[in-house]
Amino acid sequence: MKKRKMIKIAGTAVVVLTSLYLLQRLLVPKYATDVVEGALIAEYYQEEKDHDVIFIGDCEVYENFSPAVLWEEYGINSYIRGSAQQLIWQSYYLLEDTLRYEKPKVVIFNVLSMQYNEPQREAYNRMTLEGMRWSVSKVNAIRASMTKDENFLDYVFPLLRYHSRWSEVGAEDVAGMFDTPKVSHNGYYMRVDVKPAENVPEGRILADYRFGDNAYDYLDRITKLCKENGITLILVKAPSLYPYWYEEWDAQMEDYAEENGLLYINFLELTEETGLDFSTDTYDAGLHLNLSGAEKITRYLGEVLVEKTGLPDRRGEEHLSEIWEEKIDAYEQEKEEQYEKINGSDDNGSASFCRMRG
Amino acid sequence: MEDLLEILSDLHPEVDFETCGSLIDDKILDSFDIVSIISEINDQFDITISAEKITPDNFNSAKAIYALIRELEDEE
Amino acid sequence: MLFTSYEFLGFLAAVFLLYYLIPKRFQWGLLLVCSYVFYFFAGPSYLLYILATTATTYFTACRIGKLGEKQKAYIKSVKETLSKDERKAYKEKMKGRQWKWLLACLLINLGILAVVKYTNFAISNVNGLLRIAGSAKQFGFLDIALPMGISFYTFQALGYLIDVYRGTVPAEKNPFKLALFVSFFPQLVQGPISRFGDLAKSLFAQHAFCGKTVSYGLQRILWGYFKKLVIADRILAGVNTLIRDTDAYRGAYVFVGMLFYALELYADFTGGIDITIGIAETLGITVKENFNRPYFSKSIKEYWRRWHITMGTWFTDYIFYPISVCKPMLKFSKFARARFGEAVGKRMPVYLSSFAVWFATGIWHGASWNFIVWGLGNWAVIMISQELEPLYARFHNRFSVQGKFGFKLFQVIRTVLLMSCLRTFDCYRNVPLTFRMFGTMFTEWNWRILWDGSLLRIGLGGLDYILLALGVLLLTAVSLLQRTGSVRDKIAEKPYPVRFLVWYGLFLIVLLAGAYGAGYDASQFIYNQF
Repeated sequence: MKKRKMIKIAGTAVVVLTSLYLLQRLLVPKYATDVVEGALIAEYYQEEKDHDVIFIGDCEVYENFSPAVLWEEYGINSYIRGSAQQLIWQSYYLLEDTLRYEKPKVVIFNVLSMQYNEPQREAYNRMTLEGMRWSVSKVNAIRASMTKDENFLDYVFPLLRYHSRWSEVGAEDVAGMFDTPKVSHNGYYMRVDVKPAENVPEGRILADYRFGDNAYDYLDRITKLCKENGITLILVKAPSLYPYWYEEWDAQMEDYAEENGLLYINFLELTEETGLDFSTDTYDAGLHLNLSGAEKITRYLGEVLVEKTGLPDRRGEEHLSEIWEEKIDAYEQEKEEQYEKINGSDDNGSASFCRMRG
Repeated sequence: MEDLLEILSDLHPEVDFETCGSLIDDKILDSFDIVSIISEINDQFDITISAEKITPDNFNSAKAIYALIRELEDEE
Repeated sequence: MLFTSYEFLGFLAAVFLLYYLIPKRFQWGLLLVCSYVFYFFAGPSYLLYILATTATTYFTACRIGKLGEKQKAYIKSVKETLSKDERKAYKEKMKGRQWKWLLACLLINLGILAVVKYTNFAISNVNGLLRIAGSAKQFGFLDIALPMGISFYTFQALGYLIDVYRGTVPAEKNPFKLALFVSFFPQLVQGPISRFGDLAKSLFAQHAFCGKTVSYGLQRILWGYFKKLVIADRILAGVNTLIRDTDAYRGAYVFVGMLFYALELYADFTGGIDITIGIAETLGITVKENFNRPYFSKSIKEYWRRWHITMGTWFTDYIFYPISVCKPMLKFSKFARARFGEAVGKRMPVYLSSFAVWFATGIWHGASWNFIVWGLGNWAVIMISQELEPLYARFHNRFSVQGKFGFKLFQVIRTVLLMSCLRTFDCYRNVPLTFRMFGTMFTEWNWRILWDGSLLRIGLGGLDYILLALGVLLLTAVSLLQRTGSVRDKIAEKPYPVRFLVWYGLFLIVLLAGAYGAGYDASQFIYNQF
């Protein structure tokens, strides 16, 4: 009798838990075709983790630097842990998370997110945090990022957050329940279309140009974490014309880099050296670079890396070369597909998710 | 008792008050009826039934109401 | 902590586990602690109010109880020596002393309620009068937060006090037990208003874990969340759109708003009470029912016996009867009978005291003229139908429709519509506006909005309507089933897989179709803070 009861309870539990799990897998957004930025963070975990360089930051890293170029031309193995409007504490915790798997020689942080001192928007939080594997770092990242109306439980059980998506479930959700297609090239989100930058608006005048204490605190923590692990930290500001990067902000970063003995590269001031041309090298009028732009500044970055950090050329490593061969194939293939698509229609493709935050 | 039954039948001719024992529980008497009954009893028997005596137990049957009247008469 | 928040569910789980893990003699103590924790989360300063009410009620009740005992003991000791008249005089003297205590405590507690709830209403009326009189002087409003559930716990405490005075329940000697009775957390937000005699026994008893009671309680809670999250909070968006923009939504929209609000209020309030009673049930505690399928009522009078029952009986027992059978009222009735004739005089007590009750009911619901007019509107409808009774009777005899299904249905629909009409006072900002909006139903002929797709643009989509329709269907089906006994009993008889599918299915419906989380407004129970 007792045994039967146990079986009943166990059976019920199995049915309930399995069905809830399947429901959750079905209802969480898959980010496979529409807003692919949401899938970037999770992709990292499928990689073989032996990178020399890790990028952290917002769209200014994952749209502007191409790890494929770093490999092909400098033999540098790199990965971008970028996500849409990645806030600086998220960058910090993503770095912590990354260090659980590997210890890169160089970490490159894009400083645009210094402008945010508080949690911003739930949708972006989701896209950055949901892809992270569970760890203390993830818990802390969530706690640091939640807006007032958010609840931690919604991260633990995304089903609670996305429960009402049942009315819009599509083929993509069913197909993507257990299998997620790759959307990036080592974290790089490729776009080849062109929309020249014209009339870039001047930034509006701010009341206070000093970055917030919270932002500085996390920058300090990134610096410290890198120091403790013997990692060279490089600060960069991507050449995006918008969001506007103020002189006053730039000066603060210069000062910070000097105080902490860090290298700070502001690509906005290096257009001549990189050969960047905003009439051909951006796909959304100056917010983000397209492939041609990204490759140009990545080349410049590669030079700097070799020169200043002495990263070795690893193209001779057999195993790594094999992995990259496959990656480069996929890279070239997507490039071709995208060019074909553009030439086939006048449409410039879908707008990037990142644009919405302007 | 006769007087009481007359009061009750005037109010609800369709109810058999001599046998019915659930006047309140079955919602045969509502609050308006109760007030009318108490007012009539006040006239006929010259006693006051105060609000605290209005409980289902005291009003569920004609017998119960009559018992209440007798009790109050004793006290007067 | 809203009933619909994760925090509350977590709190509930913790209370539940502790309740059955600790030694049973500590169970009610635990509930007291948890109730105060719950109230603390609502607002730490509110604790002062509930403590004041608890303390005054406790001491007064003890005092009254002692006087009662003293009287009994004295009468017993001198039974032989004292004459009947002397005994009566002594009793009256003691009753008078008890009455003074009772009055003092009533005044203190109703005073607190009046100050926090009605001061600003009074000020705005005085200001209005001053304006009419042409004075430039205006008084500023007080900044007082209304403590959560103050109307509910004050009434509950005072009901207990009056019961002690009347001798129906003994005075509770343990102040902590009384504190729990006043603050029992599941019913703190929106009732029911329990009587000490009904609740005390199971509240303070020791409860062993009983699988059936607990699962019945959980089922009731789930059903409450279904009503609240799937129906009430979903239709809320539409209701808010319709009643907020009084320029855009007139005529037939007012009618739609009326019906939507009827559904919203029903699902919200009865759902909340289901959760309350369900929680109590999981703890082995019996809380009195507050609803009895009110929308199946055939008259307004019946409706008020079946809707918010504990409030209705509170007003009947503690206001209606005391006024209508008190000596002055009976005297007045006699006088009126002599003066205006038998028919009028007889009605006097009922009319006057029910007027008082409905005025009180109105203002209890909220400090505004809207609620007062709403309350008196109910009174008027009940009185009119009372007067028309002979006419109805003749009609029924003539056409012998009584008892026929069609006629019953007509009565039910009539009652729901009448109640919905009265409830418009609860929707619009002020009384004149309510009358104007109500009038537009007859002056602005725009009934085509019912089918031309306009209703899809009031914050509710096609899917919402489908869900709501299914929800209403389920509510109706369950209500019909209830007429022949407990629905939970019926489901419990079924084999395990069926039972499991029913309850797990309901859980999934709430989980998926509930209007909670991002994208929906935080949902306050409507009856909160009344």
